[in-house]
Amino acid sequence: MTVLEQPGAYRPTPPPAWQPRTDPAPLLPDDEPYRLLGTPAADALDPERLRLLHGHLVRGRRYNTQATALTRQGRLAVYPSSTGQEACEIAAALALEDRDWLFPSYRDTLAAVTRGLDPVQALTLLRGDWHTGYDPHEHRVAPLATPLATQLPHAVGLAHAARLKGDDVVALAMVGDGGTSEGDFHEALNFAAVWRAPVVFLVQNNGFAISVPLSKQTVAPSLAHKAVGYGMPGRLVDGNDAPAVLEVLTEAVRRARAGGGPTLVEAVTYRLDAHTNADDATRYRSDAEVAAWRSHDPVELVERELVRRDLVDADGLAAVREAAERMAADLRERMNEDPALDPMELFDHVYARRTARLREQAELLRAELAAAAADGSAHGGEREGTDR
Amino acid sequence: MTTAVATTGRKPATMSQALNRALRDAMADDPAVHVLGEDVGTLGGVFRITDGLAKEFGEDRCTDTPLAEAGILGTAVGMAMYGLRPVVEMQFDAFAYPALEQLISHVSRMRNRTRGALPMPITVRVPYGGGIGGVEHHSDSSEALYMATPGLHVVTPATVADAYGLLRAAIASDDPVVFLEPKRLYWSKADWEPDRPEEVPGIGTAVVRRRGTSATLITYGPSLPVCLEAAEAATAEGWDLEVVDLRSLVPLDEETVCASVRRTGRAVVVHEATGFGGPGGELAARITERCFHHLEAPVLRVTGFDIPYPPPMLEKHHLPGVDRVLDAVARLQWEADWTSPGSGSGVSQGSAQGARGVSGAQGGVR
Ligand SMILES: Cc1ncc(C[n+]2csc(CCOP(=O)(O)OP(=O)(O)O)c2C)c(N)n1
Repeated sequence: MTVLEQPGAYRPTPPPAWQPRTDPAPLLPDDEPYRLLGTPAADALDPERLRLLHGHLVRGRRYNTQATALTRQGRLAVYPSSTGQEACEIAAALALEDRDWLFPSYRDTLAAVTRGLDPVQALTLLRGDWHTGYDPHEHRVAPLATPLATQLPHAVGLAHAARLKGDDVVALAMVGDGGTSEGDFHEALNFAAVWRAPVVFLVQNNGFAISVPLSKQTVAPSLAHKAVGYGMPGRLVDGNDAPAVLEVLTEAVRRARAGGGPTLVEAVTYRLDAHTNADDATRYRSDAEVAAWRSHDPVELVERELVRRDLVDADGLAAVREAAERMAADLRERMNEDPALDPMELFDHVYARRTARLREQAELLRAELAAAAADGSAHGGEREGTDR
Repeated sequence: MTTAVATTGRKPATMSQALNRALRDAMADDPAVHVLGEDVGTLGGVFRITDGLAKEFGEDRCTDTPLAEAGILGTAVGMAMYGLRPVVEMQFDAFAYPALEQLISHVSRMRNRTRGALPMPITVRVPYGGGIGGVEHHSDSSEALYMATPGLHVVTPATVADAYGLLRAAIASDDPVVFLEPKRLYWSKADWEPDRPEEVPGIGTAVVRRRGTSATLITYGPSLPVCLEAAEAATAEGWDLEVVDLRSLVPLDEETVCASVRRTGRAVVVHEATGFGGPGGELAARITERCFHHLEAPVLRVTGFDIPYPPPMLEKHHLPGVDRVLDAVARLQWEADWTSPGSGSGVSQGSAQGARGVSGAQGGVR
């Protein structure tokens, strides 16, 4: 017998009244990317902040060209360059306080380095000596995530946990335009909005997911619009305008820290290099398109602004370049040393305590290595990474 | 089941070219065959397996999808329900994981759930395995996950001809097939006859790649060349090894495997996937059940270590190589302590013996 067959017993409770959002901020205040450089507002930009950004941008560009060169020398297995996207990478790091957390994707080594990571340690994933060569706690940078969008729910969870503990910590998570199609992206946004988690999502829309242009990824008016459906603010910003990206991210971080919940920021930028050194970008895009974006270069935009406002002289520019060269030379030198790897480390950190099976397998490898060493230099000895 | 293969002239071809040709021929033969995935259109796939298909057949037949594996396989389910034969590309092994929900919860059991009303003629192509210096998440061997999911066929070619024939058979199959492509063999070459009709054995048949009498190496995919090399090396020590290429993990051709083991009396299973809970365990169990009285030694396994796939600079220590295979073969005749905790595991059985085998200081096969 069902409840419907005994009318007296069925007393539906009226549904609770639908609660509209009380946040007065419009979810998508502007359909046009927000810009500072080249607008009247640029005159009010703090000279020190501009110089700071400029120094990071020049250094960041040099970092990208150096890392790319290291792939040609076989020193890096692969490098997904962020050349052209340096403004986003740098702003992502600078918008955060020390106690905040950064959740980068595989393309965001520069953001991690800008946050203070040792450049060599930040590159181990791409060199191939270890998956994550740094301690995430040291600078509060999560491991670079290779599977797309998978780091976004992590950022939400961490931010949520911090708030449960009463810490005013914010998480900033980075993802590409292609990654916004993954289920994890949508689930992360929804959780963040429902929990009002202190998270900032930064989408670097660089036009392509490997070969696939944004038009085949989404037909939404913009990626920032996706925020509206989840009930969080979406912000569209010119991703090559470093002061603008920094301002928008800083505001989103402030809002999150103040309990205002998550924000989705879409930075419109362009990937000037191929997807990685292994990719042939001529198959899917024209030189003309790349050239057009080269004339909107994030490094030059800030440099021109400094010159326009007479905030830098030739010596000042030379000093910035020299500092970048020193960083590059140091990186080159250190990357040219073969990493000292111990194959026995394969069995470390699989579990907190090695299982009997892993102990056996470790003994097998130890015996093999000893036998190879006893065989002498015929097999090239034990040194790792020299025969790549 | 066999597949008639239309193919002109014997010339060297790579496995990737054979796979591309199989897709082209299948699409030309059957308008229901559709290819979808990330970067499969304009780019032709990151490994160029789908090169030229979008040009030849149009973007509706070879489609660049949004970047979402669960979405790709989930929509393929609906396409199959409506009579199409989707061939789905997962870009790399570990990027197939978002699609496991669709694969396990729907693709594998739709026929069963619907009492045969909704078959799933879907081919899921997954480049798999290591040895190409790929960074994290680009070298997994997850065949055990697929094998443990009832309703899926799981096949993996190790030769150029098989790449063509097995892919044609997979696409022709009325059941879902996980088609594992050993990516380190993509550029392996063979003289191939792509323009002469030939009968290619279908899903569920293993082949003996090398005849031998003293022990059987059972393997598939990327480990086949390793085993063939090991078999050649072992002749110096008087071993005449037979090498069986499984080609199909589900269904498993037990007849070919058991016939071989009964002839030789000894067996070693070799694969890159981790050993614990891996394909080798199933094979060892089946061989023991069916060939117990013919066995002169326990069935051994030589596998990847039971660790997350290591970074590329260390992968050579993880992947089963010729030495490790030879070492296991040597152990097939020792009076070993088979009751030790690791007995039956090709990568265990104690370091001292391993060291002797590798160094060749005490007998062994080298
Ligand atoms: C889950 C998953 N699927 C596929 C891939 C393979 N892959 C690596 S990068 C990439 C394109 C990513 O494009 P986008 O998100 O726009 O980021 P971008 O590379 O442009 O920074 C793809 C498909 C992956 N890493 N993870």
